[in-house]
Amino acid sequence: MATFIEIKKAVKTFGKLQALNGVDLSVQKGEVVLIIGPSGSGKSTLLRSINRLERLDSGSITIDGESVTDEGSDIRHIRQEVGMVFQSFNLFPHLKVVDNITLSPTTVLKKSKEEALENARRLLAKVGLSEKEHAWPDELSGGQQQRVAIARALAMNPKVMLFDEPTSALDPEMIKEVLDVMTDLAREGMTMLIVSHEMGFARAAADRIIFMDSGQIVEEAPPETFFTSPKEDRTRRFLEHIL
Amino acid sequence: MAKSSPNSERDHKDPPRPTINITDGTLIPLKDEGGLLSSWNISFFGAIALLIALPLFSPDPYLRILAFVPDGLFATFSVTLISICFSLVIGLFAGLGRISQRAWINRIATVYVEIIRGIPLLVQLFYIYYALGPLLKLQGPPAAILAMSICYGAYMAEIFRAGIQAIPKGQMEAALALGLSRGNALRKIIIPQTIRVILPPIGNEFIALLKDSSLVSILAVSDLLRRGREYASTSFRYFESYTVIALIYLVMTLFFSRLVAAMEERLRHRGNVH
Ligand SMILES: Nc1ncnc2c1ncn2[C@@H]1O[C@H](COP(=O)(O)OP(=O)(O)O)[C@@H](O)[C@H]1O
Ligand SMILES: [Mg+2]
Repeated sequence: MATFIEIKKAVKTFGKLQALNGVDLSVQKGEVVLIIGPSGSGKSTLLRSINRLERLDSGSITIDGESVTDEGSDIRHIRQEVGMVFQSFNLFPHLKVVDNITLSPTTVLKKSKEEALENARRLLAKVGLSEKEHAWPDELSGGQQQRVAIARALAMNPKVMLFDEPTSALDPEMIKEVLDVMTDLAREGMTMLIVSHEMGFARAAADRIIFMDSGQIVEEAPPETFFTSPKEDRTRRFLEHIL
Repeated sequence: MAKSSPNSERDHKDPPRPTINITDGTLIPLKDEGGLLSSWNISFFGAIALLIALPLFSPDPYLRILAFVPDGLFATFSVTLISICFSLVIGLFAGLGRISQRAWINRIATVYVEIIRGIPLLVQLFYIYYALGPLLKLQGPPAAILAMSICYGAYMAEIFRAGIQAIPKGQMEAALALGLSRGNALRKIIIPQTIRVILPPIGNEFIALLKDSSLVSILAVSDLLRRGREYASTSFRYFESYTVIALIYLVMTLFFSRLVAAMEERLRHRGNVH
């Protein structure tokens, strides 16, 4: 399988703070990579660098051979192919559910209203929210909002999906409905990078677990190996915390 | 909704619907104080009834006053409307300056807001008309408009600043992540939300300015109050003249505050601004 995302020596500082401290990571097409690590370890920064919501100080990132980090690269084109789901959903509150989903396909991809609408309905059905087509975001529960956010990202037909703690802001009873949608996506072969501490999901859906600390990748392994026999001390201590 | 989590991070406390509250909050009628005998109804229809009844029952002097003073409405409204327009422009730039990353722009805008908000409007009017009069050589109306625009620009700046800051950072990020250009993100995501947040406070400022415009009567501007003064000083009917003036101001401000309240209500109920 071909390398799809290639991150080399990624460094990012905020003032004196070193958020990414030389991160190397390759992700294969169709691979589901789960990133864990303590708060402030640079997980979000790494994810946000992939679609250049953060600019690296040094290092490089390519997606499907296309450079993200070159100043001259067409970042908007890259962003079209990289879907992102945020902890806080970030639905557009002034647009109905269906308009949240069709906005970008009609504005950016210049799809016709009908085509975008048809696609939006298909995606709403996929995330189990067909009946919410005309609802306003603030009429939905957190779990429903996050599923709409996933549908919105999928409407651009991305090649990669990034999830930054998609269930951390949810009440416990809503976590599963979101993870189920993500598990389906993983099964369909979507390439995914997920920051999450849902260990059940990690075991069921992830191909690889990455443990980050202090802006570095400390350890990586397939889920079974990772949970049963972690090599590093820091990993073991962290796992004791969350398991 | 958004629950805090052990690994919470900087940007996840987005309120579901941003609102800001910049108003002296006197006039705007509350929705739940409805009914026929709401304070708004009593004041508004009471004032209108008086404006009809007084001239009916004692045409002299009330009918004469009513025939004389409305000339001043033109000056009152032109000063108000022109000043509102200029203050919106000044306020937009000063408000953007207040959130600018560039330190010196930020400093200039902040100093402007601080100075203006620290000086009474009446003093500012005197300053521009009398103190700077020899320098600017402005007639009454332009001096009044200049002073009111500069003054209200500072208040508008705070509204724009708060309105823009009320939109969570995640909105722009989500739009960019979807591949929208920055311009499209601003036009389709940020500005519509900002407008919905700032329209009601701007409406409040309009009402406040309408009232404050009576101050310009001291600069030889023939506004509503000035017309009342003129009538009073020639007829010596002070009580009657100023009663009519007060009632006309009351009807106007109550009318506009109801309008702003209706707008606020509509915006709250998500009705898309566009
Ligand atoms: N925009 C920013 N400005 C300043 N510091 C930041 C910013 N974003 C992240 N950081 C800091 O960088 C470090 C890594 O943050 P982040 O990538 O969000 O960690 P994680 O997602 O693992 O919790 C943290 O110490 C955080 O405070
Ligand atoms: Mg994070």
